[in-house]
Formats: sequence, structure tokens, C-alpha cells
Amino acid sequence: MNRLLPFFGFMLLVLLFGFGIWWNTQHDPNAIPTPLLNKPAPAFNLPKLYEPAQKVSKADLLGKPYLLNVFASWCVECGVEHPVLQAAGPTLGVQLVGYNYKDAPDDAKRWLAEHGNPYGLLIADEPGNTAIDFGVYGAPESFLIDAKGVIRYKHIGPITPEVLANELKPAIAAMAHEAAP
Amino acid sequence: MTRGFIRMLLVALLAFAGMAHAQAIEPMPFANHAQELRFQHLTRELRCPMCQNETLADSNAPIARDLRNQIFQMMQQGRSDDEIKQYLVARYSRFVLYDPPLTPGTWLLWFGPLLILLGGAAAVLVAIRKRSRGDGATERASFEQAPTDNGDDW
Repeated sequence: MNRLLPFFGFMLLVLLFGFGIWWNTQHDPNAIPTPLLNKPAPAFNLPKLYEPAQKVSKADLLGKPYLLNVFASWCVECGVEHPVLQAAGPTLGVQLVGYNYKDAPDDAKRWLAEHGNPYGLLIADEPGNTAIDFGVYGAPESFLIDAKGVIRYKHIGPITPEVLANELKPAIAAMAHEAAP
Repeated sequence: MTRGFIRMLLVALLAFAGMAHAQAIEPMPFANHAQELRFQHLTRELRCPMCQNETLADSNAPIARDLRNQIFQMMQQGRSDDEIKQYLVARYSRFVLYDPPLTPGTWLLWFGPLLILLGGAAAVLVAIRKRSRGDGATERASFEQAPTDNGDDW
């Protein structure tokens, strides 16, 4: 028994090590959990990208759910996400609102002209102050906001086909199911 | 000739280094020196959400610059350090705090090392007692059989 003790100790370490690897494949260690989940989205009042004189506030968007997609022309990963949004946008069942983050309006427009525009509505936050209220720290990030203005789901990083199928669509379905009866 | 050139190159490089540094930490119009020290202390206790191994003070990420500005503005409004931390935690979660607060979720983090120390101490105690009692005799016998092992090998 005593002679086997080091072996058991070793096995314990192997188990711990394996658990660590498994845990890190299941979780993104860099993702910051948003404290805003299932809480009302912060108030905002931002100009439209194409008509800067017109402003859009949180109150304007109440009543219908929408996906707020934070993007920028300088963001490489947004280019990865963009084709997915282009293809899925019309079938999502919620409005796609583009949130242009810390971007020169002209750069953003050029980028959209080049890559296509999947957004039903585009708002611009050039200074990036409102984004702090949303807990945004990079692009892309996406917030699913329901008809009452509550954040129901958040994704940090590009929306890949897997994220779309496994996370975003179920979240939208759960929201629609809740609103229906 | 070449020495002069190298010297010029060095001066140019140093000048660029200075420029890069000035870009990383832009000057802010602090009300007084005490406020500046407070700002530096506070931004060193907060983690940049983008590049997570850097403090807000060190990071050159755009979001870190924005958050430094925000903290500066809040200081001008007379908000306390705790209020500023709460503001950031409400948006970026406790992740931004380098010092994890003592909550039920973090007690293992705080007291885990103590538990391991106590566990080790208990194990050592048990081992010593075993040796000083009857088991010591058998061990001494094994020493006689294998004189090269002095029993100190760990």
C-alpha cells in the first residue's frame, strides 16, 4: 500500500492536469462574464451612421427585439464574422442593429460598401463612451436585446456558424417562445 | 565617421523611444500632484479587459485609454476610488479588479493556500509520529539492510 502511494499521488496530479485542460477547452479563459446579462441594457443616444443628424435612443428601439452587433472597420475579426451575418441576417427573426465602434464614419461606410451591409439600422459611437456602459472592450461583440430592452445574450468575438446555430438561434427562439403565449 | 553615424542613429532611436512612451501615457491635466498619484495607484489596481495581463496604467489598448479617460473624468467629478471601481465592475465584472474581493465565490482562492499548508503540516505531523513510535523500529531495520539510504531522500 505504502509503495503505491506515490503512484496514487501521480494519478491525482494527472487527473488535475486533465481536468484543467478539459476546463479550458470548454471555457474561453479570456472571455469576461458580462454582469449586464438579464439586466436592462444601458441607455444610449447615438447618431445614425448615414444620417448623423438623427439620433437613436434605447427608447426608440423598445417594443421589438434586436441584435446589437458591435463592429468596426479596423477590426480584423469583424471581417470573419461579416459573411455569417450577411447570410443569416434576414433569417434571424430579429432586427440587426450595427453599432459602429470607435471608427471614422468614412472608414465605416467604405468598409460596408466593400463587404456589404446586413444591418437594418446603423448607429455610430465614434468616441466609444457609450460602449463603456455596455462593457464593450473590443470588437466584435453582440448583444441580444429583447422587446423590453433587457440584454438576453451576449457574445464576445466573431459570430461563427457554430455560435449562430448553438447559441444565438436558441437564445432568439427562447425569447420568441416567451413572447408568444 | 562611422562612430558619428552610430551616435546619430542612437540619438534618433532614443528620440523615437521617447515618442512611443509619450504616446502610451498621454499627459492628463491633473488638479494636483496628489490626484495624479491617486490616479496612478488606482489604474495600477485595475486590469485592462482587452489585454488581460496588463494593468490599465500600462496598457496601450484603445479601451484602456478610454477607461483611463473615464476614470480621470470621474475623479474630476469628485468620485471616490470605491465608486470608480464599482462603476467598472458593474460593466466589466470583477475581472477588472486585480485584488479579488472576499466573497463566497472567492474564499477558496483566498484560503486555499492556507488549507494546503495546514494539510501539509498535518501530513508531516503524522509522519513524524509514526517514526517516533513503533514503526521506527522496522524502518531502522531496513536501514541496516540498505545502508546507502539515509532516509533523507526527500
